[in-house]
Amino acid sequence: MAINPDLQGRVYPPAEAYDVGREKIREFARAVKAVNPAHFDVETAKSLGHADLVAPPSFAIIIAQRADAQLIADPESGIDFSRVVHAEQRFTHHRPIVAGDRLTAELHVDNVRAMGGGAMITTRAEIASESGEKVATATSSILVRGEGQ
Amino acid sequence: MTATGSATAPAFDELETGLEIGRREIAVTRADLVKYAGASGDFNPIHWNNDFAVAVELPGVIAHGMFTMGAAVQLVVDWAGDPGAVVDYQTRFTKPVPVSDTTGRDEPGAVLDVVGTIGALDPEARTARVDLTVTCGGQRVLTKAQAVVRLG
Repeated sequence: MAINPDLQGRVYPPAEAYDVGREKIREFARAVKAVNPAHFDVETAKSLGHADLVAPPSFAIIIAQRADAQLIADPESGIDFSRVVHAEQRFTHHRPIVAGDRLTAELHVDNVRAMGGGAMITTRAEIASESGEKVATATSSILVRGEGQ
Repeated sequence: MTATGSATAPAFDELETGLEIGRREIAVTRADLVKYAGASGDFNPIHWNNDFAVAVELPGVIAHGMFTMGAAVQLVVDWAGDPGAVVDYQTRFTKPVPVSDTTGRDEPGAVLDVVGTIGALDPEARTARVDLTVTCGGQRVLTKAQAVVRLG
């Protein structure tokens, strides 16, 4: 099934909020081999001026990929997840993500470009706090490989 | 030119383009990929099941691109002294990182080599762009891997 070109410009509204927990920050930090104490020790994080444990720079991928899942699961999108390759990723932090944050993501499909039998899709997850404060922008490009690609 | 990493934030005025901020080797095992899958919620079987990976025309189990991206930036975090100082981070994933199965043996399934260099300085914003060179077995696996760090 071909990728639906009409996806471009589509916006998926925020789904369920994501609660950033201390243990999740610690677990994710260990998983990327982070050792900075601001991920593990609340007092150290506070001494650096943060409200609580600070998430690693790529932590927002958890929230961004949850938002992307809405697009991939959309029957109108035509995306076969087993043929998806991650091509590019960018995080812009408007402020650091800390434990205790309750975050939502609005997903924008910024670009859909046919490539061979497949397509390159660029999405942008605008991550915000419950009060509407902008926290991070996560931009992902995924390549959906066509047959024989 | 080499500056050693330290717990204290680097002084913006002492930096110059081309300065190497540090380098490190990251050993990766299949267990690391399972751990990353659990922590991130990315359970794509190409990162933990060899038969599945081969069936979709990969050389075998490969690391999550996001594992490599997340682990490579730790050099920058440790240099900056505060993970919250990394205000922007981007990369392209150019080559997969195959991780061989060394379960039960005390050896890595792959080794990443990371080198960080100051790529640009913005005196108004007082930010430094650190360019990361990330290779595995001599091949570049990330390109345009750039982290922007806010300094005092």
